[in-house]
Amino acid sequence: MTLIACQDAAFAYEGMVAADGLNFSVAAGDYLCVLGENGAGKTTLARGLLGLIPPKQGRIIRGEGFAPTDIGYLPQQLEARKDFPAGVLEIALSGLLARRGLRPFYSRDDRAKAEANLRRLGVADLKNHCFPELSSGQQRRVLLARALGAMRKMLLLDEPTAGLDPIAAREFYKLAQEVNHSGVAVIMVSHDLRNVAAYASHILHLQRKQIFFGSMEDYRRTDMGRNFPEGEKHV
Amino acid sequence: MFELLAEMFSYTFMARAILVGLLVSLCSALLGVSLVLKRYSMIGDGLAHVGFGALALATAMHAAPLLVSVPVVVLAAFLLLRVNEQSKLKGDAAIALISTSSMAIGVLVISMTTGMNADVHNYLFGSILAMSRGDVYLSMALSFAVLLLFALFYNKIFAVTFDETFARASGIRAGAYNMLIALLTALVIVLGMRMMGALLITSLIIFPALTSMRLCKKFKSVIFCSACVSTLCLLCGLILSYVYGTPAGASVVAANILAFAIFCILGSLKARITA
Repeated sequence: MTLIACQDAAFAYEGMVAADGLNFSVAAGDYLCVLGENGAGKTTLARGLLGLIPPKQGRIIRGEGFAPTDIGYLPQQLEARKDFPAGVLEIALSGLLARRGLRPFYSRDDRAKAEANLRRLGVADLKNHCFPELSSGQQRRVLLARALGAMRKMLLLDEPTAGLDPIAAREFYKLAQEVNHSGVAVIMVSHDLRNVAAYASHILHLQRKQIFFGSMEDYRRTDMGRNFPEGEKHV
Repeated sequence: MFELLAEMFSYTFMARAILVGLLVSLCSALLGVSLVLKRYSMIGDGLAHVGFGALALATAMHAAPLLVSVPVVVLAAFLLLRVNEQSKLKGDAAIALISTSSMAIGVLVISMTTGMNADVHNYLFGSILAMSRGDVYLSMALSFAVLLLFALFYNKIFAVTFDETFARASGIRAGAYNMLIALLTALVIVLGMRMMGALLITSLIIFPALTSMRLCKKFKSVIFCSACVSTLCLLCGLILSYVYGTPAGASVVAANILAFAIFCILGSLKARITA
């Protein structure tokens, strides 16, 4: 079942088209990796899929019963957020907030869910800690716990391993794979093909426009697939 | 100490100033946490300058100051918010442009009508005599609104302040909450600026939040601490002003500077102990 598809779509960032000629689709259970160099339009595409910016051209088609708010989203690491005064549990809970609608407070059930998500990511013992005190790897896990709270059918991760050491990065990929195996579609934005290759079912390669979309096996046969720079070289 | 307070409260203008001041400082502290963390501090400053222009205009037209300045500043708040959102890079320059423009227009209007007199001085640096009975009621209503808003929308304000992109993506109407905060900020500034002065009112918004962030590392504790610090500093400032005859606005800011310094020292001590 197709969850979301782009038809000749283009998205703009600050008035300039940053991702052009997009023709791809994501079905339930897919693991799509969006590859590309810095500035290739990956984050702009992510914002488009989330419904934060409208397509400049073309269309986005959403499957029946799929809304952008069904996506659990892990944004790129922001320096500004690192020192934000916030409690860990509070952050994990905020993923569940939109579902509460106008009801102002969290229920006991919400708290249990948020704690379960923290436990799933191995940071349950940090629930009473403050966000600025955590390492970047732990911060990323807390933000992923928040994304799990908001997620219903899709998980969208924007450069989740940027700035993490290789061990922490690998654990992150494993977590994403576990989520994928539970039947949730995963979109992983990355420029780290070597690590992603083991997990992804589909590849979307961007270079300000779409230059490849297809299965992982097809991608390996292309020149790009063979020559794509390995590892995290631009961090 | 109690005698001094009793003596201060026996003057109607002083009692009003204390009451309005406490309520305004409480509201500004609550709003300030969100504004500072969202990096909107300059919006407060811009609004105060627009408020100066509006007050000058009101004087020239012989209209009630609040009647003119409230709508003008609220309008400016929405404008500044949009400017800030649309162009992150030039947002601060645009705010500086708007604030200096309204300041200049205010000065021109005053010099052409009443002349540069005591009014200008009062608008810029504040006057403790400026609080009317209407201001007392208005500030009570306003602080009630702000407190209610914070109680009901605390979780949403947290989510929107912490990560607006995520909040929007998950379906929270972040724009509406930004508007609400801008609207309340505009009202707080209009109310507070006649006492604190257009040049100093921003301190009420920025100082308490920054001060409490030296020590507190959770959103809830920062908000609670800001409210306490802000009201305490206001009270100390007004007592200082009453006893030594210093200008009220500047005295309150002085108390805030002192609190900030104390919290800085405590913060570095705490870091050294825990490290």
